[in-house]
Amino acid sequence: MTSTVRVSDVTKAYGRVEAVRGASFALGLGELVALIGHNGAGKTTLMKLMLGLIRPTSGAIEVLGDNPAAGEFAGRRQLGYLPENVSFDPALTGRETQAFYARLKREPVAKALDLLDAVGLGAASRRRVSTYSKGMRQRLGLAQALLGAPRVLLLDEPTTGLDPELRQTFYDIIARLAAGGATVLLSSHALTELEERAGRVIIMNRGIKVADGSIDELRRLARLPTRIRLKVAGLAPSELPGWAPQDTTCRRLNGHIVEIDAAPERKIELLHRATAAGNAVEDVDVVPPTLDELYAHFLRQSEQAP
Amino acid sequence: MNVLIIAAKEIHQAIRNRWVLAATLLLAGLALSLTFLGSAPTGNVGARALDVVIVSLSSLTIFLVPLIALLISHDAIVGEMERGTMLLLLSYPVARWQVLLGKFLGHLAVLAFATCLGYGAAVGALAATGSQIDNDSLLAFGAMVGSSVLLGAAFVAIGYLVSALVRDRGTAAGICIGLWLLLVLIYDMALLGVLALDQGRSISAAVLNALLLANPTDAYRLINLTGFANVSTFAGMAGLAQTTSLTIPVLLTALLGWTLLPLTLAALAFSRREL
Repeated sequence: MTSTVRVSDVTKAYGRVEAVRGASFALGLGELVALIGHNGAGKTTLMKLMLGLIRPTSGAIEVLGDNPAAGEFAGRRQLGYLPENVSFDPALTGRETQAFYARLKREPVAKALDLLDAVGLGAASRRRVSTYSKGMRQRLGLAQALLGAPRVLLLDEPTTGLDPELRQTFYDIIARLAAGGATVLLSSHALTELEERAGRVIIMNRGIKVADGSIDELRRLARLPTRIRLKVAGLAPSELPGWAPQDTTCRRLNGHIVEIDAAPERKIELLHRATAAGNAVEDVDVVPPTLDELYAHFLRQSEQAP
Repeated sequence: MNVLIIAAKEIHQAIRNRWVLAATLLLAGLALSLTFLGSAPTGNVGARALDVVIVSLSSLTIFLVPLIALLISHDAIVGEMERGTMLLLLSYPVARWQVLLGKFLGHLAVLAFATCLGYGAAVGALAATGSQIDNDSLLAFGAMVGSSVLLGAAFVAIGYLVSALVRDRGTAAGICIGLWLLLVLIYDMALLGVLALDQGRSISAAVLNALLLANPTDAYRLINLTGFANVSTFAGMAGLAQTTSLTIPVLLTALLGWTLLPLTLAALAFSRREL
């Protein structure tokens, strides 16, 4: 697979603090990658390194064939970036700002202005940026990041300040770009949003990459139990079903529901047992570990590691 | 190309922020008041009203143009970094030196526009009131406007250097005010004091020349007050004009050096900055 972004054993130290430690990964064409980690985990630092805004203390980075640390920027015409807390010159209007960035990327200005409608800025684009709300600035930020059909998109907390409707539009747009072969790297705190969309997740903790893979792969690695919730008739309020194996955790949630923590490979077995038993199963829910839980798991794991 | 795009945006912003308007009105207002108040002592019969204006206006320029130049340039880099706009700009396919040069051209254009229009108003006013203006005076006036822009360029470049080196805007502003005081006021006073104390024992003419070239405002002053014979008689510097070996090309080179050196250093400092 051809990769658009390659990060090899990169460390970035600010004085004695290492913001990123020995991170390595490659991002391929058409990948939609979520970069997660709490504040100070090194997400923004990684993006700045990819843009050449800062230079790595050691290690090498390649973005669209350029070495950003050496000031090469030919590939940046095909790169879109949305910084966290994006800001613009307040004296210019949205349209003027977008036209300026379009010229820098040698994109036709008329096409660039259409993007403003696509992100729903519409009439506000003729007003000065100084009058914009946080959400409107974020829309303008998205519009400039999408200029010129980028092959690599780096989005730092892109959905903060966006209303739910625009969030949906935003994810549609980036899914379309990724389907068209663009690499999308987005960092976010909104894990539930990413769960369904990201094809791959990279988890950072204190500058170290602690997990990297698709959500299914991470679930397999984490071996977190899948929760099976059964609505069973004819059980006393605190009684646990007799068919539940002794080695699994089983609890009652409320009057009707029994919740069982099942190891991934025992899901089917447990369901068999439940249906084979006498109690009538009225309803069943299978809840695989969420990204939130996986994130917490890998974080715990990395904290326990020496 | 990138340089011009950035320069155009700087000009656009300066017009929007009314920087252009404010600077032009300020310079025009002062030029006009000097023209009319300044001509009072010489009377209206003086054939060389414009020469008088050149003397008073160039003295004013030494205070004002560096101040305006530093005001627009001191936060060019550090200010954009603080506001966060630099982060986005540098993610575009532009080199950092292009950003700096583009800003420089934009700011210089604003300054040149304000100076030409503001000072041009003085000539226009003199012509309109029927003063006689000969070609020598016009030439000297043109040189004064041109060198004023060059002086502004030098201070814009100095402001960038400060802006590229410091961590926050407040520091940049403080250092720029300090530099302004030093180069515009303190330097000459100190030089005068040293010369008076020394009584010509150890400071030779060559050293004095070097000391004068070491300050862009002195180079500017010498261009305008000694460079043109018709003006220097009014400036009371005819004597100095005959003895100094600093010719106009040397002085212009000094001003140009004062522009290019800080600009180059600013580009170097900026290219090493992490943000």
